[in-house]
Amino acid sequence: MLNLDQYTCLGAALREALNRWPNETCLIESDRDKEKTRLTYSDFKEMAMPLARALEDAEFHAGDRAAIIMTNQSKWLISAYAIFHGGGVLVPLDYKLTAAEHLELLVHCKAKFLVVEYFLWRAITQAPGFKDRKVQAVLVTEAPPGTDLAGAHRWEDFRRKGDAVFVPRQREDVACIVYSSGTGGRPKGCVLTHDNYLEQCKALIAWYPFWPGVRYLSILPTNHAIDFTVGFLGPFVCGACVVHLRTLRPEFVRDAFVRYKITHVSLVPMVLKNLERGLKAKFEALSPSKRFLLDRLIALNKFFTGWRPDVRLSRVLLRQVHQAFGGELRLVVTGGAFMEPSTLQFFYDLGVPVVNGYGLSEAGTALTLNDLKPFRADTVGKALPGVDLRVLNPDSEGIGEIAARGKTVMSHYLDDPELTAETIVDGWLLTGDLGRFDASGHLQLFGRKKNMVVTQGGKNIYPEDIESVFDGLPVKEYSVFAANYVWPVKSLGEEMLVLVLRLEPGQEFNETLKQDLVARNRRLPDFKRVGGWVIWEKDFPRTAAMKIKRMALAEEMRKTLSRAAVAGL
Amino acid sequence: MNLAMPDAQRTLDEILNLAAAQFKVPREKLAADDDFFKTLGIDSLQTLDLLTRLEHHFNVELPDYELQGVSDFRTLASRIQARL
Repeated sequence: MLNLDQYTCLGAALREALNRWPNETCLIESDRDKEKTRLTYSDFKEMAMPLARALEDAEFHAGDRAAIIMTNQSKWLISAYAIFHGGGVLVPLDYKLTAAEHLELLVHCKAKFLVVEYFLWRAITQAPGFKDRKVQAVLVTEAPPGTDLAGAHRWEDFRRKGDAVFVPRQREDVACIVYSSGTGGRPKGCVLTHDNYLEQCKALIAWYPFWPGVRYLSILPTNHAIDFTVGFLGPFVCGACVVHLRTLRPEFVRDAFVRYKITHVSLVPMVLKNLERGLKAKFEALSPSKRFLLDRLIALNKFFTGWRPDVRLSRVLLRQVHQAFGGELRLVVTGGAFMEPSTLQFFYDLGVPVVNGYGLSEAGTALTLNDLKPFRADTVGKALPGVDLRVLNPDSEGIGEIAARGKTVMSHYLDDPELTAETIVDGWLLTGDLGRFDASGHLQLFGRKKNMVVTQGGKNIYPEDIESVFDGLPVKEYSVFAANYVWPVKSLGEEMLVLVLRLEPGQEFNETLKQDLVARNRRLPDFKRVGGWVIWEKDFPRTAAMKIKRMALAEEMRKTLSRAAVAGL
Repeated sequence: MNLAMPDAQRTLDEILNLAAAQFKVPREKLAADDDFFKTLGIDSLQTLDLLTRLEHHFNVELPDYELQGVSDFRTLASRIQARL
């Protein structure tokens, strides 16, 4: 692996990787069961350089911002490298946002360039506000021949011959702007430096190194902090291979493990749960004698791996289970959302170590990780090297807000000094998450102080971001809250958003109103939808500027309403 | 004369039948405008499983992105119908 201390920016480290391992395969792109692309580090360089040169010719300068909105595929990484090569700032946007949200964030981050997949570009061009966009140039991938691209360039044709000039950046320069949430209300663009990423990579590979021969399966969106760091930067600076799968269909995910003999993968809880469900269904279908044998082998594996994982032994004992994952799987990394300990334990007992961690975009990627010494299903692990964590104002059980300090903590929120000052206090990042440390230094999480939910797919949803869908609702006033914020449960499970309704005097909640709520709710992407509603009998407390005092309203609701009053939507 | 309507309705009915069978929900509890995440109690990955089954049934290939933002059976049926 590269010694990352020697580099001042991601571009320089990646550039060195392309030269260091020219003949190693760095990237495979598979769509369903068809392999579309296979590149060595040398091929990758050949693909990226003409794009870097074309960007240079198009006046893309150091510090300019370029956004990427794409599903997982080779052109994502090639474009990212070309942007870093030219000293640019990468803005990875979540492709699952709506076109209107994409436009809003493109305006907010002042992107000069946009790289976007055709089907997403088609949606963006049809969104209101498209004509007001300020993006100077758009590169569209995989557009059908002869299609009108509304002034955009074809990515495949946007190439120039000749060497591009490498533009080095300093450690404190901005590498990426990552939106941890935020459309509709107040976009939270985390400004992360080259130092943030290089130190994050260094810490992660100190505990879990990659090497040439590692095959990492990338199925989380590359814009997601985990996949960007663990599924792009990490493998590349170690000479490993990334396998992109362009579908999340469970059958093809299972097939990819086997076909590419995957050694490492990162998954969000939703995917891990899906794999667990599939395996359990297969176990249930076994004959009683085979099931008895399997249970004994699992018990034996548990006995021998209680203190440390022993993947070789587990592969012998539970051969068929491991063959289903290709026979070479060594490690599963998970995080981004609450993972049930029983699921983690299920995989560990099968000899598939699942490394659970905790982090947030504001802190680079990860703050803690399980070190497997021994495996602990009930915690999110220990602080990574270089990360300081502390518990603020602990209660009688030692639980308080987690604060973090270290080289991976973001510089600031883009164009929001007020929010930055609230979030980073005296150098400590206030995470808004509640937790405590056990005697062995493992962090346990117990809920959230902040008004937000994290989905099983690892997405942060802030109530303010979705409230606008209820604009014009025929009630006196309304607001959206995270249920666990109003009624803390000391757990990260059972998260949902609740719509709080204040009806007009004499108004009753009737079927018409309910159907209106249902219809509006459906306009939101499925992972952003409100799960229930509750009637509040008093006017909302408001500031002089007529903003809802959310904290005060939540406190009042906590005192006088129980969570049982929430009706499902 | 609109000849497409009966086909569209048939596609919708077949989707509802398949969804009911796959997720073991009584067919009569499913309606065209239902939010299938909620009615079937499934997550987005399970929806992709359903999509695979629908592909096999209708003999079409549906990219994952065709399902982005779709959460009711009627829209799903229209996306499939467009590729038949």
